[in-house]
Amino acid sequence: MVNLDFGTILVDWRMLAKGVAWTLRLTTASATGGLALGIGCAWARIHGPVWLKAVTGAYVELFRNTPFIVQLFFIFFGLPAAGFRLSPETASILAMVVNLGAYATEIIRAGIEATPRGQVEAALSLALSPVQTFFHVVLPPALRKIWPALVSQIIIVMLGSSVCGQISTEELSFAANLIQSRNFRAFEAFIVAALIYLALSIVLRRLLNWLGPRFLFGD
Amino acid sequence: MVEFTLWDILRNLLLAARWTVGLSLIAFIGGGLVGFALLIARLTPSQGAHRLVGLYIQLFQGTPLLIQLFLAYFGLALFGIQTSAWTAATLALTAYTSAFLSEIWFGCVASVPRGQWEAARSLALTFGEQLRHVILPQALNIAIPPTVGFLVQVIKGTALASVIGFVELTKAGGMITNATFRPFTVYAAVALIYFALCYPISLTARALERTLHAAHR
Repeated sequence: MVNLDFGTILVDWRMLAKGVAWTLRLTTASATGGLALGIGCAWARIHGPVWLKAVTGAYVELFRNTPFIVQLFFIFFGLPAAGFRLSPETASILAMVVNLGAYATEIIRAGIEATPRGQVEAALSLALSPVQTFFHVVLPPALRKIWPALVSQIIIVMLGSSVCGQISTEELSFAANLIQSRNFRAFEAFIVAALIYLALSIVLRRLLNWLGPRFLFGD
Repeated sequence: MVEFTLWDILRNLLLAARWTVGLSLIAFIGGGLVGFALLIARLTPSQGAHRLVGLYIQLFQGTPLLIQLFLAYFGLALFGIQTSAWTAATLALTAYTSAFLSEIWFGCVASVPRGQWEAARSLALTFGEQLRHVILPQALNIAIPPTVGFLVQVIKGTALASVIGFVELTKAGGMITNATFRPFTVYAAVALIYFALCYPISLTARALERTLHAAHR
């Protein structure tokens, strides 16, 4: 009979807590950065000059059609060869930001395009500048419409951050790996990690659903 | 010392890409079969089955694929089953794919108007007949574009199998990097091969979606 021993894992709760802290830090940084990048690129894809549309289009397609782990390895192992040396943490955040940014661009663009033209014309006729119109009239309702999709994508990126342990960023899966390498209780270590990720994804969804309407697009 | 030309790198990567394609197809087909079974379980009137399928989907969608791969790899060994990276990767990717596909398909079935179910029932069709002749043919049309789109996620997901030692495109990239010390070139080539695999599928999914919307207008 299989005997499982979760005690030996939970004894190392400090390492797990540190892992969770890093996972949350990576997620917060990439959600903020990815959202900003997504808004910028969505604007560029709709209103930008032709060359900018082409560049952002290529960026979006390139990052949505390649695996995150390859993007991470390219940034962490490939870029130093071209003269950019990054710490594991910086490389992780950078990879997560550009990855989320690509998905956020398409999601936000869909929201913006669903805004009726009449609203933009009304705003412009009130002598709002194009920039004011974008930030006060177009963006808030667009974000409200696509917020559930964006929240799902942020959670996917949070779960994807488990890959960052492969370049020795000390997030949750790295902690689980470290614990199992010391006591050989691999199955238990990853069960505990999986349950923590599950809890994080449930809590994060609740939190973002609460935060969005209050701070991003005021209801 | 053996010199690696760009062609050597590319050729070895392309050979390894066959395993990426193979693993993707197995996970996609296996996941499709399991996902379909889950869908049927969710459409039966049994409350218990609904809750079980819901839990399954929540578990696989709420945890990282990487951790699922580790669990399959170390978990099978715990039960005395001889594990290889190949069996663990197949198992984890199939389970992961099935959870997502059954969720996608459930959404498609739910978008078939309720009246269709009622009409089918009023014709005294059994549950199986209602599904086979009325509901599923309509849901199938709606389901094709997102299903094709999800294939891209499966292909990208197989890259994680490299972490448990399955030699596919990403793992081959790592091994070639160690032999050539040219990470920039190698990982750029790896990314481009994934792109060449995934982008046509993304375009197809988008085109299918457009025809579907045109048909509904």
